[in-house]
Amino acid sequence: MLGLLRRDLTLAFRAGGGFGLSLAFFLIFATLVPFGVGPETMVLETIAPGILWLGALLACLLSLDRIFQLDWEDGTLDLLATAPVPLEGVAAMKALGHWITTGLPLVLAAPVLGLLLNLPLPAYPWLLASLAAGTPALSAIGTFGAALTVGIKRGGLLLSLLVLPLYVPTLIFGALAVIRGAEGQDATTPLILLAGITLGSLATLPFAAAAALRVNLR
Amino acid sequence: MASLWEYANPRKFMTVSGALLPWVWGIAAVCLVGGLVWGFFFTPNDFRQGSTVKIIYVHVPSAIMAVNAWFMMLITSLIWLIRRHHVSALAAKAAAPVGMVFTLIALLTGAIWGQPMWGTWWEWDPRLTSFLILFLFYLGYMALWEAVDNPDAAADLTAVLCLVGTVFAVISRYALVFWNQGLHQGATLSLDAEQNIADVFWYPLITALAGFGFLFLALVLYRTRTEIRARRLKALIAQERMA
Repeated sequence: MLGLLRRDLTLAFRAGGGFGLSLAFFLIFATLVPFGVGPETMVLETIAPGILWLGALLACLLSLDRIFQLDWEDGTLDLLATAPVPLEGVAAMKALGHWITTGLPLVLAAPVLGLLLNLPLPAYPWLLASLAAGTPALSAIGTFGAALTVGIKRGGLLLSLLVLPLYVPTLIFGALAVIRGAEGQDATTPLILLAGITLGSLATLPFAAAAALRVNLR
Repeated sequence: MASLWEYANPRKFMTVSGALLPWVWGIAAVCLVGGLVWGFFFTPNDFRQGSTVKIIYVHVPSAIMAVNAWFMMLITSLIWLIRRHHVSALAAKAAAPVGMVFTLIALLTGAIWGQPMWGTWWEWDPRLTSFLILFLFYLGYMALWEAVDNPDAAADLTAVLCLVGTVFAVISRYALVFWNQGLHQGATLSLDAEQNIADVFWYPLITALAGFGFLFLALVLYRTRTEIRARRLKALIAQERMA
């Protein structure tokens, strides 16, 4: 399983296009927002938490179809399904790989973009904590969505339609933690609930993803 | 002993549902017409809301059925996953558009009522927002059915989506309460309350509710029969080709 993770990471780093793209998308998204709403710092200050979380969510979403699509096309997925590793483990490793290549860079880049959007100072620790706690859930949910749509040609739009409603609770609690942080309040409660969603998703969704993969490989 | 699972046999299902269907349509029509006419023309106006209160006879039943339609899909999906009865999967497929329309009716009537009463068509209230999300779930579910070619694979994938979607829809519902204080009033109907709303509104309301329930049942039975026939037709065409 670790070998699989290493293979995914190597592919993402070396085969181009996978690793930096979602980060670049996040940057462009955060840059475009002031053009849309105007450069007043007061406005930016209030919407910055939501924008940062939305940007992270969309950047995650755009890279989802890479999780299984290439492996499906060249037959690697069939080999993985017959390998001695359980398919649930494969799904969990794929989610982890997706998180390391997209979620983790987003967490690290978010404070810089927060600076661009004039995010208030007390919000920074909460921004880091909520993204670190929430992005694994985005990857786990996304892996499930990618597993559902892997057999469908041009399933990109369908994938977004399926996955985005599932992202709602994560987005609510994540953005709420940052908003409360920006207002100088204690944001522990939404953060704990967010971590609960993440842990629940990590514990259960690999099984759902593996079930969907088995159907698609039948 | 006769078992419930006998009706999972498509032939048996077709005979029984065919015999039941006119009755279900009839009861639905009687309850709907009775409840709505009674509600619209023979109940007093509310002293603050005026005649707008009468939208309750459409809004509340459709909202209740919209949620229950999803739970029916959850149960039929589970039956499909566990016992592999095709009728069950087709019933889930048949219920989705009906549930989606009920969700839409609840949203639209709510907006029409909210405009004069709250002064806004839309408010980001937990109940309203969770219904909008439920609507999106219905859309995704139906889109997945359409997108997968193999009928068995489509049934399996949508069933898994229905299970996961239910969990996340429930979490969203409570997350939204956390997110924003509501403008929507609390539950008007509950089984354990001493008296819910004044009896003059209550009796037409439960009549309309029964009407919407039977209407849902009739539409789902009808659509399931159509799905079964469509699948038989497909099998016949395939046989023709083979011969």
